Amino acid sequence: MTERRHLLGLEGVAAADIELLLDSAESMKEISDRDVKKVPTLRGKTIVNLFFEDSTRTRISFEIAAKRLSADSINISTSGSSLSKGETLVDTARNLAAMSPDAIVVRHPAAGAPRLLADIVECPIINAGDGAHEHPTQALLDILTIRQHKPDLSGLSVAIVGDILHSRVARSNVFGLRALGAEVRLAGPPTLLPGYFADLGCELHHSLAPAVDGADVIMMLRIQRERQGSHYFPSLDEYAHYFCLTEQAVRTAADDVIILHPGPMNRGIEIDSGVADGPYSVMMNQVANGVAMRMAVLYQLIVPGADGIKGSEVPEPRVAPVLNVAEGS
Amino acid sequence: MTAARELLSAEQVGRAMTRIAHEILERNGGAGGLAMIGIRSAGVPIAERLASLISGIEGSAPPVGAIDVTLYRDDHGALGTTARLAPTDVPFDLTGLTVVLIDDVLFTGRTIRSAMDALIDLGRPAAVQLAVLVDRGHRELPIRADFVGKNIPTARGQQVVVRLEELDGADGVVIEEATRD
Repeated sequence: MTERRHLLGLEGVAAADIELLLDSAESMKEISDRDVKKVPTLRGKTIVNLFFEDSTRTRISFEIAAKRLSADSINISTSGSSLSKGETLVDTARNLAAMSPDAIVVRHPAAGAPRLLADIVECPIINAGDGAHEHPTQALLDILTIRQHKPDLSGLSVAIVGDILHSRVARSNVFGLRALGAEVRLAGPPTLLPGYFADLGCELHHSLAPAVDGADVIMMLRIQRERQGSHYFPSLDEYAHYFCLTEQAVRTAADDVIILHPGPMNRGIEIDSGVADGPYSVMMNQVANGVAMRMAVLYQLIVPGADGIKGSEVPEPRVAPVLNVAEGS
Repeated sequence: MTAARELLSAEQVGRAMTRIAHEILERNGGAGGLAMIGIRSAGVPIAERLASLISGIEGSAPPVGAIDVTLYRDDHGALGTTARLAPTDVPFDLTGLTVVLIDDVLFTGRTIRSAMDALIDLGRPAAVQLAVLVDRGHRELPIRADFVGKNIPTARGQQVVVRLEELDGADGVVIEEATRD
């Protein structure tokens, strides 16, 4: 019974599987508090981190997770490898597969790239962010952080604010949070908030106030500065005027609101410094949870006999990805 | 189809634990410097009970911790292995303490091997002793218990099931003839 197991996205992943991953992450947390931050679980396993896009947080987090489980990890990034010499993704993947890694963690600017790899190689593929499609481990760590503060997610109102259109973090969070029964409100300028999210059971708002009003959780997304001048909104100042999360806006949320941001954040654009550093900000918990969450994912996908993740064969994305460059054959 | 036969009644389980608590105190000359570490899942309630029995005898309870050995096992993927993770929770420094490692059943010794590796990763105990409710034989590693509730000769294919009030509603030990196909 060797069914292949991947984590390509949270779309279609059952609530029970998400909860299993979250519970496993809770068990992994204690390891990072030890003097000797290591368990022998993945000794002799090789994990390839294949990054076609810049990343600090996610890559380091996966690397630390692999090391704490005693796996050997190898980082391949675009610069200084054959990836910059024009080799195609499929050829790179075939070459890597020939070296029999036990898992490949992949980040790619094209939506669907991890899925394409999953069809070619034998080992588990873990999506570390593909275009504007999904970033499942980020969403899992966000949900883990939320669950630590609000143990029951069902009925919780979660506001996600910002550039929803280009955000794989938002998309994965929507799938995960909806699967666990949370109410999701999305807010952003109409150009950055596609109507099809309503089909995923989200409430859509084109201004900050109604989304934040009474919310239990507020998740702010990064506005990519490079989008300025791309006509999605007139200027960063105008965006900040309408969508920056200020102390005043936070006061309309639930009294015990928590505020998340996947980072890196633009202080003064999507979030006020006072709010980012305020008592309800749980951003540093997110970072700490990232390592435990990725340890749990690696463990569940690599160790035979672990519960694994069922239903992780993700269906074709229902949400049309923005950067639809390399969809599977 | 399994046929279950009772090996220890609830009263016998209680008496065995009381005797183990006395033996631990006798061997170590009191409760000072002791720590009780239960192996998840059944070892943990046994550790808590032994600690409270020791407290009843000596007036002071040793600290209790729980370790999960899933991440230290050598038999991942073996038939029937379920690897549900649970947190390791040892909220005190083990270094210099005499740790009594506690499990329900001692069988091949592989769980104890994993548990000792897990323990050593947490600190450097002065000594490690092993207490089990049932020793059923069939060791595959050079491991022996210091305190045993009951030695029970078994056949390899049989299942020894320890039931505890905390986990199963009532105490008792039964043996089941596992029918493998």
